[in-house]
Amino acid sequence: MTPTEEPAAIQVMDLRVERGDTVVLPGLSCDVEAGSVTGLLGPSGSGKSTLLRAIVGVQKVAGGSVDVLGQPAGSADLRSRIGYMTQAPSVYGDLTVGENLLFFARVLQVSQAAVDRVLAEVSLEEFRGRLVNRLSGGQRARVSLAAALLAKPDLLVLDEPTVGLDPVLRRDLWELFHRLTQRGATLLVSSHVMDEADRCHTLLLLREGTLLAHATPAELRQRTGQDNLEDVFLRLIEEHA
Amino acid sequence: MSPRITGAVAVRVLSQLRRDPRTIALIVAVPCVLMVLIQQLFGRHSPVFQDVGTPMLGLFPFITMFLVTSVTMLRERTSGTLERLMTMPLHKIDILAGYGTAFALVAVLQATVVSLLALGLLGLDVAGPNWLVVVLAVGNAVLGSTLGLFVSAFAETEFQAVQFMPAVVLPQILLCGLFVARDQMATWLRVISDVLPLTYAYDALARTAANEIHDVWFAVDCLVVIGSIALAIAFGAATLRRRTA
Repeated sequence: MTPTEEPAAIQVMDLRVERGDTVVLPGLSCDVEAGSVTGLLGPSGSGKSTLLRAIVGVQKVAGGSVDVLGQPAGSADLRSRIGYMTQAPSVYGDLTVGENLLFFARVLQVSQAAVDRVLAEVSLEEFRGRLVNRLSGGQRARVSLAAALLAKPDLLVLDEPTVGLDPVLRRDLWELFHRLTQRGATLLVSSHVMDEADRCHTLLLLREGTLLAHATPAELRQRTGQDNLEDVFLRLIEEHA
Repeated sequence: MSPRITGAVAVRVLSQLRRDPRTIALIVAVPCVLMVLIQQLFGRHSPVFQDVGTPMLGLFPFITMFLVTSVTMLRERTSGTLERLMTMPLHKIDILAGYGTAFALVAVLQATVVSLLALGLLGLDVAGPNWLVVVLAVGNAVLGSTLGLFVSAFAETEFQAVQFMPAVVLPQILLCGLFVARDQMATWLRVISDVLPLTYAYDALARTAANEIHDVWFAVDCLVVIGSIALAIAFGAATLRRRTA
């Protein structure tokens, strides 16, 4: 790498993850460039969540290396610099939206003002006093996203953040993601919905634990001669087979 | 370890419990009802009620907090919130200490209410200081909590977590000296009894009831209980893995 080049925010080298007898990731290598919105796309079961878990340092790995922001994944120093949103909303159902965020704010040692900020960012201000168990699935996912935003992390790892949201909210969240990169953050966002791919700078296409492509949406269209990203993906699978 | 984060965890656990008033009512009311039953069964002045009553004040918090903590912790493990916490800048001990603090406070409430009932209305006689009974009851609650935290790592469902109660708690109650005095047990049972923490918790309460608190064995009992709590926290911390499969 030349010194003028921006170092990658995430560097994954030969990552191998096994779960029981099955190999989830047989030896994955990829980079995520700093300051970008990178989409991790692939069908359910392709290993997206496993890769994200390895990046935030909660996945047991069988081999290879994952470096995040210049340090090995899972380093204690990284814990205040990464925001992670799990696929199932990991918030407390028997607490209100405000209580949940206040708790995570205390753990992260950020001010109460951060709670107001993230509630506005995910448009949940009027639900502050509502029990999470009384929210819809999409609202719950937004509480979970808000918790990941609290500490203004340098890297946001979001596992399917827009599932079940109406189109207006989805658009608002993608606008938020791009605003966050303007403030210097890097985002890695997984999705199994192809129509979200166009909102990303770069795409990682994953299938059965193998990286099919790492390119911009425009490059992928050009390479495969397909306009629709769903067809792009199909063509790449055929090429790979 | 950070007192701020420990406090945040404790406040959160208590806020969750506050949303579940039925559980709080059960935690406080059930031991009171059982205490009344025991007193009515044996009679107010019977030696059985007088001998068994004080140790029972400590056993209730032990059992309740074991159950409540293991289920709460299991929920934390299965809901993904533990995974989220593990990506945040906190120490595992902060989580365990937060849980321990929260349930110790609940135990203060439980032990105080049951003790007031038993020592007042039900006429239980404690030769030693009454406040010490409450302190020991809270100690038992913390012991139950820390064991529950540890055991929750081996349960995958709430059904399994609940089944750990008879598996882990009942043998300790059977062998602690409550049903058969320890010097009348078969040797092999007594050896097992020697290594179970509840044996010492029971003995401390029995000695308080008989006002033998200046006896050196009372001090030994207290030290063993404190040591067991520390050990259970250490084992509990070992089961809280940052990385999981």
